[in-house]
Amino acid sequence: MIEVKNLYKNFEDLEVLKGISTTIHPSDVVCVIGPSGSGKSTFLRCLNLLEKPTSGQIIFAGNDLTDKKTNLNLHRQKMGMVFQQFHLFPHMTVLENLIAAPVMVKKIPKEEAIAKAMELLKRVGLDDRAEAYPEQLSGGQKQRVAIVRALCMEPDVMLFDEPTSALDPEMVGEVLDVMKELAKAGMTMVVVTHEMGFAREVSNRVMFMDEGVIMEEGTPEEVFGNPQCERLKSFLSKVL
Amino acid sequence: MKEFFQSCSQFFEDWGQQLYNTFIEDERYMWLVRGLGNTLIITLGALLIGVVLGTIIAVTKYFSEDRRALRFLGKLCDIYVTTVRGIPVVVLLIIFYFIVFASYDNGVVVATITFGINSAAYMAELIRGGINSVDPGQMEAGRSLGMTKLQATRKVIFPQAIKNILPAIGNEMIALLKETAVAGYVAVEDLTRAGNLIRNNTYDAFNPLIAVALVYLVLVIILTKLMGKLERRMRKNDRSKKSV
Repeated sequence: MIEVKNLYKNFEDLEVLKGISTTIHPSDVVCVIGPSGSGKSTFLRCLNLLEKPTSGQIIFAGNDLTDKKTNLNLHRQKMGMVFQQFHLFPHMTVLENLIAAPVMVKKIPKEEAIAKAMELLKRVGLDDRAEAYPEQLSGGQKQRVAIVRALCMEPDVMLFDEPTSALDPEMVGEVLDVMKELAKAGMTMVVVTHEMGFAREVSNRVMFMDEGVIMEEGTPEEVFGNPQCERLKSFLSKVL
Repeated sequence: MKEFFQSCSQFFEDWGQQLYNTFIEDERYMWLVRGLGNTLIITLGALLIGVVLGTIIAVTKYFSEDRRALRFLGKLCDIYVTTVRGIPVVVLLIIFYFIVFASYDNGVVVATITFGINSAAYMAELIRGGINSVDPGQMEAGRSLGMTKLQATRKVIFPQAIKNILPAIGNEMIALLKETAVAGYVAVEDLTRAGNLIRNNTYDAFNPLIAVALVYLVLVIILTKLMGKLERRMRKNDRSKKSV
C-alpha cells in the first residue's frame, strides 16, 4: 500500500533519515520504535509529505507522492494522521472539527457528514461531547476526537505520531483501546510509539529505528523476544 | 468678594458669548457636523481599504513563502509595505492629491484612498503576525486532512489569527481615526479643519479646538468600547457552554 524507497531527509546540515526502504501492506499494523532523535517522527511525517523528503520516493496506491505533479491533497485524504499534540481546531466544536474536512474537501453533504461523525463519536464514547470545544476536553478525549477526525475522511491508512506521549498516564489506555479497535477492524496503521506493550500486543511488525536508519525489523516476537543488534538490545533493556 | 463675583459673572457672560460665536452664529456647528461626517467617511473608507488590501497583501506574502511562482508577488508586497511605512502619511497625502490625482479634486476621495493605502501596510504586517502566531500544527492538521493551503488558511488559520490580533486592529483603527486629522492639508474639510476654520472666523481658539479634541476623544472611547465588546464575544465563542 505504501512503498518507501531509499528515503533521505536532511534538515540543513543534519541528516535525519539516511536511506529508508520499506513496504507497508494493507491491514499492516506497523509500530516504529527507537530512541528520541532517531528519525521516527520524521519518517512518519514524510509518508504524507508533511515533511518533504530530500530524496527517495514514497509510492502510495501506485502514485509517487514525491513527484511534483502528484495531487498531494487528494492522497492525503486517504492518509489519516494523528498528532502527539492533537492539533484539534480550537475555534470549532468537536462536531465542527469532525465535519470540516469532509464537507470542505470531499464535498459531502453536511447532514451526511454529521451522521457519519456522530456514529464514529459514539464508537469512541464521546457522542455526548459533540457540542463541546476542544479546551473543555481532557487529553484522552481530545486524542480520541483527533482519531475520529481522521477517520471521518475514511482513510485507507492511519499514521500515528506518538499519540499517547502527551497524555497523562491514566488517559493512555482509553486512546490505545480505540487504536486496538481500529487495528482489529483491519485498518492499516503506522504507529510511532513508546508504548512497547501496545507494539507487542497489537502490531504485526515492529520497526526499530536509530540514527536515521531501520536497524531491525520483524514481528513483535522477533524484535522483542530475540533482538539481534546491540543497539536494539540496549534500547529494550532501558524501556522494558 | 463682590469684585470676585463680578469678575466671575463677567467671565461666564463672555464665555457664553464666545460659545455663541463659535457654535451658533452663522450655524457654525454645522461646520463641525460636516467635518465630523467627512472624518468618519474617510476613516471608515480607509479602514475598509486597509483591511481588504492588508489581508490580500498578508495572504500573498504568506503563500509566496513556499511557492516559487508567487515569489515575485511577495517581493512586490514587501516593497509596498516598506515604501508606505517609510513615508509620513502627510507626505503621502499631498503626493496623492497634487501629483497622482492632480486632475481629480475631490479631496475626501483622495484622502480616503491615501489613508487606506497607508493603513493597508500596517494591517498587512499585523495580519501576517497574526497568521504566524497560530501554532504550525494547526496548518499541518488541516493539510493532513487533505485541505489545500488556501482552505486550511481560510477555515483553520484565519479565524484564530483574527482573534489574536483583534486588540492590535483596534489600535490601528484608533490611530487611523486620529491620523485623518491631517486631511486638512489638501483642503478637505474634516473635523480638525472645521475647528480651525471657526477659529479663523471668530478669533477664538479655545472653544473650537477644545470641542474638536473632545469629539475625537469621544469617538475613540466609543471605538475602544466596541472593540472590547467584540473581543469578549469572540473569546466567549471558544468557551461557551463551559462544561460542569
